[in-house]
Amino acid sequence: MLVLLGIAVVVFGFIVRANPLLVVMAAALTTGLAAAWTPAADLNVMLAAARDTLASFGKAFNDARYISLTWILLAAIGLLERAGLQERARITIAGVKAATVGRLLWVYFVIRQAAAAVGLTSLGGHAQMVRPLVAPMAEGAAEAKFGALPDKQRYLIRSHSAAADNIGLFFGEDIFIAIASILLIKGFLETYGIIVEPLQLSVWAIPTAIAALIIHSVRLWLLDRNLKSALGARKQEAPGAASPEAAP
Amino acid sequence: MITLQHAYIVGGFFFAALAVLSALDQENARRLRNALFWALLALSFWGGGFIGDLGNGVLALGLVALAAFGLGQGKPKTTTPEERRASAERRGNLLFLPALIIPAVALAGTLIVQHTEWGPRLIQDQHKTLIALVIGVLIAIGVIMLWLRPPLLAPLQEGRRLMDSVGWAALLPQMLASLGAVFLAAGVGDQVGRLFAEYIPLDTRTIAVAAYCIGMALFTIIMGNAFAAFPVMTAAVGLPFVINALGGDPAPVCAIGMLAGFCGTLMTPMAANFNVVPANLLELPDRKLALNGVIRAQIPTAIPLLIANIVLMRLLAFP
Repeated sequence: MLVLLGIAVVVFGFIVRANPLLVVMAAALTTGLAAAWTPAADLNVMLAAARDTLASFGKAFNDARYISLTWILLAAIGLLERAGLQERARITIAGVKAATVGRLLWVYFVIRQAAAAVGLTSLGGHAQMVRPLVAPMAEGAAEAKFGALPDKQRYLIRSHSAAADNIGLFFGEDIFIAIASILLIKGFLETYGIIVEPLQLSVWAIPTAIAALIIHSVRLWLLDRNLKSALGARKQEAPGAASPEAAP
Repeated sequence: MITLQHAYIVGGFFFAALAVLSALDQENARRLRNALFWALLALSFWGGGFIGDLGNGVLALGLVALAAFGLGQGKPKTTTPEERRASAERRGNLLFLPALIIPAVALAGTLIVQHTEWGPRLIQDQHKTLIALVIGVLIAIGVIMLWLRPPLLAPLQEGRRLMDSVGWAALLPQMLASLGAVFLAAGVGDQVGRLFAEYIPLDTRTIAVAAYCIGMALFTIIMGNAFAAFPVMTAAVGLPFVINALGGDPAPVCAIGMLAGFCGTLMTPMAANFNVVPANLLELPDRKLALNGVIRAQIPTAIPLLIANIVLMRLLAFP
């Protein structure tokens, strides 16, 4: 039971808003020490346990370097931003009259989900697509309709841009048979003597994918309504900026 | 053959350059801390294989300490908003093209390794997408440099501008993966599963299915990763109760159970790369809160979808 202290450290760390890296390290050391603790353990035993925990953390950290490797993407994205990529995205989308924030994010969401379903999970992502393209486009769509955005709505639109990417990815990727989570399920069941084929598993991801599509489509429709009622009225108050559809 | 090691050498160069440029940045009062942080990461990419497990642990501890003391925000020279607008007007939609090179190369590289004879000899099969992604980044940078002729250091300075806006959160996903390894070794998962099975009456299909799906979501919220929650909750509730005792079909139970975990991923700051990193990248003012804007935007989708998963599993898993 003592090893659960590590989870308590994680929860407590987030409640007191400590630096998350510090929380993670503290949770790891707590877990390692709790696992080694017995009433008979003296200081030397506990020091050895701390050292072993740090070593196993270090080994895992080294094995997981590939996770942080993807940051070199930012060198290319930053170069394009320097040349006005975000501004270009705003200009382009502002030129499309039918684009609303909700419709634009819906199109991105559907493309993201469909692409992930055929294994193209790398077409998208927060550093590659959301920050440089999707969020500026969505903000551009709102600015074209409602003029300058208050901070509240600007950050709401940005948050929804990230959400569309995540939800599209999560509930599309499991339809693809060679994705890590499907392979994890297959491997797990095999250790218990149950043999399933990846295709058997991936077809059962389709009903949830459809549910996600329906639910999030409704959410984005509601987002448009919400923005319209918050910003449409505001614009009407500005002289000469009233649009006929915003009445009464 | 190009292996992950080569990609790590490229990554090491990137982080080492960030370290040097950070150290020279007079605008940043905490420049030495930033420099040391990126230098440690560069050391990890170049020398992680040589300094031993304990060495890597001490290195990680150093990164954590620097992050806890607080990093600064570098101010590399970049273009003004007016210059960017002018450039966007002049270059038109061609500007989008280099951004698409990266996923295109990643995809092409993956397909070449999968479907050609010579592909696996060119790129290490095990890490093909990642290696192809790095190659794609290098090609994209090359194309942009030839086309737009920015200063030679621009890719590194612009990379530093964005990396500093992400800050220590850049390392959270890797740190969480490492925490997962420590949890696994200590048997944390087994304990959680045991607790769960002990206190809930799992004797009807509906309750067992709901307990499994909600348990997947909750444990994912704590761990930040459905992959970590899946073996624990499935061994504790899914297999013994939903499948063995109550007759659920393993394929839909496990497939939908995993997706119930993904609903948890949408609601937790522990899923750093999905929920915290974008809040930093998008410069949300509430990015340090446990429930930042991204998570708040996702919760109203995640909860109905979790309920949908429970209903779907109840309907589909018992033929």
